[in-house]
Amino acid sequence: MGYGVKLKVWGDFACFTRPEMKVERVSYDVITPSAARGILEAIHWKPAIRWVIERITILNEIKFDSFRRNELSGRISAVTMKSAMNGREVLLRQTIEDNRQQRATLLLRNVAYIIEAHFEMTEKAEADDSEEKHYNMFLRRARQGQCFHRPYFGCREFPVEFALLEEEVPPSHYRDLEEKDLGWILLDIDFKNDMTPLFFRAIMRHGVIEVPPLYEEVNA
Amino acid sequence: MATTIKNRYEFVLFFDVENGNPNGDPDADNMPRIDPETSFGLVSDVCIKRKIRNYVALLKENEDDYQIYVQEKAVLNNQHKKAYEHFKIKPESKKLPKDTAQAEAITQFMCKNFYDIRTFGAVMTTEVNCGQVRGPVQLGFSRSLDPIVPQEITITRMAVTNERDLEKERTMGRKHIVNYALYRAEGFISAPLADKTGFSEEDLELLWDALINMFDHDRSAARGKMSSRKLYVFKHDSKLGNAPASILFDAITVKKINGNKPVRNFSDYEISVTGNEIPQGVEVLELL
Repeated sequence: MGYGVKLKVWGDFACFTRPEMKVERVSYDVITPSAARGILEAIHWKPAIRWVIERITILNEIKFDSFRRNELSGRISAVTMKSAMNGREVLLRQTIEDNRQQRATLLLRNVAYIIEAHFEMTEKAEADDSEEKHYNMFLRRARQGQCFHRPYFGCREFPVEFALLEEEVPPSHYRDLEEKDLGWILLDIDFKNDMTPLFFRAIMRHGVIEVPPLYEEVNA
Repeated sequence: MATTIKNRYEFVLFFDVENGNPNGDPDADNMPRIDPETSFGLVSDVCIKRKIRNYVALLKENEDDYQIYVQEKAVLNNQHKKAYEHFKIKPESKKLPKDTAQAEAITQFMCKNFYDIRTFGAVMTTEVNCGQVRGPVQLGFSRSLDPIVPQEITITRMAVTNERDLEKERTMGRKHIVNYALYRAEGFISAPLADKTGFSEEDLELLWDALINMFDHDRSAARGKMSSRKLYVFKHDSKLGNAPASILFDAITVKKINGNKPVRNFSDYEISVTGNEIPQGVEVLELL
């Protein structure tokens, strides 16, 4: 665990959608480890490494706001696309007037977190994939604000600003709050086991959530 | 085949509205969207994306690779008859029986034909794992530079809809307008994601063009006078970028020059780029 990183991430809005409320999206109170992993991967990731989130510090007060938008109800169907590719005359596009849904999002406002994480090498690591290499690549990119793609807070319309944190973790808004139980939240999706979602009991102590390791939590 | 973009970009678009409603809130009786805590006006990401799509649809109506997947009906009709014979790329899916290859072929096919899928991405079925394309262009919510004061205007119509209302002679309606507001939109363009969808240099030019001109083709009774005012583009030397986006965004500052008088005109603002704060390897382009 010598290669831990600390990243400060912040933004105006965020929506870490609760899976049980995703038609009219309702965000969790805090970023999920899964979303935090996505942010790190947007900065640096290779099949040789796997990011493991250790700890999340909630810097700002948790605030919600509601936002309703017109959305498209359907998805692109594979069958229609295939017939179009075979030269048949089909109508591929969707019209918003016919497939409109008005959906509200209960989103978070003005969020800022510190993500503490490390990575592990996977079985896909090759001879030249040393831990130092990936560690330094990440540091370099995070320091310079480089990213593979712009990371986001749950949905792509909520962009993330990030900076490598090289000093102490700043105090949380909740530093004096002994303990707050945030209930069961998504830990991550287990891609090894048929995309099983895994959950954990998120307890915020003094603004910090300790994240359990992914695979020990499976049978909990 | 056109070349995909090789640089990361960020952009800031300033647009304003005069006596109109830039983006109604379906939760608030179509009042202009407003941040309840600060009274700043908001415009959703999808609202801007809709206008980009409409502009491209209008401009590239008859061009093969510039179709728009998510259409509004108004621009749809004359496209119905268009045959799909252009889709002559070989259905590789037949040769490659594996599902992932098929999904890949489908994705590439859609990206090639549809400008909005190449640009913004799309969710394409869930047959294989997660058939989702992330486009290179990402937009946040736009926000006004000052608090907005929406105004409700009551209007009358000298006619009625139903015969049974005939004795009423006329109906009343309401319009919500913002007298004046300047909004700031921020966007991101990722070169690595452009590689995956084939978003090219030409596509990028078209995007800038759309951002500059989209409001000129979106006139309606509700919108009032909307215009793009300033478009700043940060072009990074490299694919991954040369500086944090937050630093670049902060380099563009807006000053109100009329003191405390309510803002009613674009000339009441002064927008400037602090040149010496632009990190090395980033070029600022002022496209409008």
